[in-house]
Amino acid sequence: MRVTQGAFSFLPDLTDAQIRAQVEYCLAQGWAVSVEHTDDIHPRNTYWEMFGMPMFDLRDAAGVMQEIDACRKTFPDRYVRVNAFDSTRGWETVRLSFIVNRPAEEPGFRLRRTEAEGRVQRYSIEPYATRAPEGQRYR
Amino acid sequence: MAALVAPQTPADAQGTAADIARLLAELDRELVGLAPVKRRIAEIAALLAVDRARAEHGLAGALPGLHMCFTGNPGTGKTTVAMKMAGILHRLGYSRKGHLVAVTRDDLVGQYIGHTAPKTKEVLKRAMGGVLFIDEAYYLYRPENERDYGQEAIEILLQVMENQREDLVVILAGYKDRMDRFFECNPGFSSRIAHHVDFPDYTREELMRIAAIMLERMGYRFNEGARAAFERYLERRMARPHFANARSVRNALDRARLRHASRVFERLGEADRDALTTIVADDILASRVFGEPAGTADA
Repeated sequence: MRVTQGAFSFLPDLTDAQIRAQVEYCLAQGWAVSVEHTDDIHPRNTYWEMFGMPMFDLRDAAGVMQEIDACRKTFPDRYVRVNAFDSTRGWETVRLSFIVNRPAEEPGFRLRRTEAEGRVQRYSIEPYATRAPEGQRYR
Repeated sequence: MAALVAPQTPADAQGTAADIARLLAELDRELVGLAPVKRRIAEIAALLAVDRARAEHGLAGALPGLHMCFTGNPGTGKTTVAMKMAGILHRLGYSRKGHLVAVTRDDLVGQYIGHTAPKTKEVLKRAMGGVLFIDEAYYLYRPENERDYGQEAIEILLQVMENQREDLVVILAGYKDRMDRFFECNPGFSSRIAHHVDFPDYTREELMRIAAIMLERMGYRFNEGARAAFERYLERRMARPHFANARSVRNALDRARLRHASRVFERLGEADRDALTTIVADDILASRVFGEPAGTADA
């Protein structure tokens, strides 16, 4: 099951040229771009691992592309995303975030039903991949 | 949200002959002397234009390496030219963004183990698409300390200079003798730099023209006597040690301004526009250079 988180996730995977164009756009807006990765794709897992520091004061996407490539090479079977942070007062938040790398196989999510008091049912989801310990998922 | 692939902005300069001629004329106007430097820039401009024409005919050619090394005595304009170089390369369509990141050893070399590589890489990433200017590059290498982290920065630099030529132009600058020694110890550096440009010392006439430009920018002018006096001043100053070309001229002018100011200040109420802008011979002749027959003081 294809994970759809962040921008562009319902589209086919972006090519490197498309990623570069997006990053150029972010830099032109003055946003700080950073690269993050994770192997726990639960939607509530907001904070992924940072791959290096956020990159401030960049003018050209080449530096970001270099980091993205390095991250893909290091973690080929993890999700990698690019975040663009806007530090303008009043915004101070991530303005654009999109996935640039995903594992070859995406097993999807398990829906867990829990019986609660009375006839109440509680639902939760769990990525199948997280059944394996951290670092051994998506192999 | 922008379109998935934004249209590539066309290079500002299409590198036509007229464009390049205009650029070179502009350089000629703004920079006094420096004939070898201008010649080299003209050559690079021609090469880039020819390369583009070749590409239109389907003649493939690797991107020429444009890393440069500027050597020369103090005050010969190395830093000034480097600052201009970023803009020039951008207009020639070689450099994508045309910004300049000026760094020294402190910005590249870390203070403890494992600190240098991220620091150097961060600077390199910031400079991508433009020009990285390393002033006094020889400080990167400290032969007297074999555990110096400068070597690590040099290795990262070399790697990027070799592999990412299309992303980044590196310009080193420094005094001639020390740069030569630096290259002797790092032969890999020397061979990766295509353009070694030596900045000649200025002649007296060129220094006078530089002084005139500087004065104009500061909003002053020489009267006739002052111009003659300054010419004599330069003659004496050039013969003395620690002469730093244009920098010495600027310092001399700054000191002349001080004397001018204290002279005018005494009668500030009656100073008109002329008095406020004119430097007279006495402002120059008060310099210590004229007093002592031979001294070391930077008068």
